[in-house]
Amino acid sequence: MTINATFIGQIIVFLILLWFIAKFVTPMMAETIGERNRKIADGLAAADKGQKDLAEATNRANEVIREARDRAKQIEDHAARRSNEAIEMAKQTAQTESARIVSAAREDASTETGRAREQLRREFGSLVVSGAARLLEREVDAKTHAQLLDKLAEDITRG
Amino acid sequence: MVEQGHDESPTGYIVHHLKHLKVGDGFWTFHVDTLLVSGSLAALVAYVLYCGARSGARVSGAPSGLRAVVEWIYEFVDDSVADIYHGNRSFLVALGFSLFTWVVAMNAMDLLPLDVPGTVAGFFGAEFFRAVPTADLNGTVAMALVIFTLIVGYAIRAKGIGGYLHEWISSPFGSNPLLWLPNILLNAIELISKPISLSMRLFGNMYSGEILFMLIALLGMGFAVSIGGIALFIGQVVFGAAWSIFHILIVLLQAYIFMMLPIVYIAMAEEHH
Repeated sequence: MTINATFIGQIIVFLILLWFIAKFVTPMMAETIGERNRKIADGLAAADKGQKDLAEATNRANEVIREARDRAKQIEDHAARRSNEAIEMAKQTAQTESARIVSAAREDASTETGRAREQLRREFGSLVVSGAARLLEREVDAKTHAQLLDKLAEDITRG
Repeated sequence: MVEQGHDESPTGYIVHHLKHLKVGDGFWTFHVDTLLVSGSLAALVAYVLYCGARSGARVSGAPSGLRAVVEWIYEFVDDSVADIYHGNRSFLVALGFSLFTWVVAMNAMDLLPLDVPGTVAGFFGAEFFRAVPTADLNGTVAMALVIFTLIVGYAIRAKGIGGYLHEWISSPFGSNPLLWLPNILLNAIELISKPISLSMRLFGNMYSGEILFMLIALLGMGFAVSIGGIALFIGQVVFGAAWSIFHILIVLLQAYIFMMLPIVYIAMAEEHH
């Protein structure tokens, strides 16, 4: 339990150990652990960034979807309007067409009626002439009495 | 149990176990056992730590095996130092690292069966052999002196020679010339108490632990010489095991204290008063 020269030896041993540890062991430890810590930090940062990117992408996707939905709605509206317009136009076209057809038919009919009436008048005129001739027992000159006959036929048809 | 036919009384047994294997004379006596054991343990610690630091020194992936153990101790020391000292701590980490590992290794010699180192040394013709370098005051004083030098060195580095000397005469009471002497006295006590308490604490703990192991071993000797002393043998086994298990705590705790206090002292030395 006495202090003697042993402690000098112990100091030398301790200093050698200290020198060795400080020179060879701790720098290596500090380097690898520091590097690993950096890597872990980088990894965490990357994960953070990935998460943020994902959130951003989700937002973006949602926005795109919303935009697409709006656009589809627009297109739908447009189509509906267009179809309404087309129907309206077709209706109009059909109406004018039908009106045209009706008027043409009416015109046809009236022409036909006129023609029938003309024919009827003519036939009636000749019937009247032949009737009158038979009644008078003599031939009525159709040519000389044409004017009279026409007037008569006209009176009949009119009246 | 007692080697080389010495006094077989309990006192003789204990005295025998407290004698160092020495060479030299007077002050120039060397405790060969202390130097040998601490030197080999320093070499072992350095070798193991170096292997641990080298082996699989890869950055990616989890460290494994020896590397993981060494890293665990290193980070433990590094964190402890970082809590106390705010500056470039690379040297202090190396100091704490070597102190902790070396002191643990030396303290752990106490856990070897008491008579084994002596018996083994006896094969080589050594009459005495004490296996615990930290139970030798020389071992702890040596470390404390290095730490003492570091404390003064760090203080001077932080404050300059002038600033350091000025602190000797001016703090803690004030810079009045009348107070110089009390200041110097107090500073001297404060400074000297550090290495003394440091070395005495470790030495005392390990020395008392050793003595207790010897007393427990004496129980077994009582069994050997008395008839029906089986209870003594059981006592030796039970108490020996209990004290060994408890001593693991002391081994680690004292090493931890011996690592932390120098760091605290050095951090304090750099503070301005």
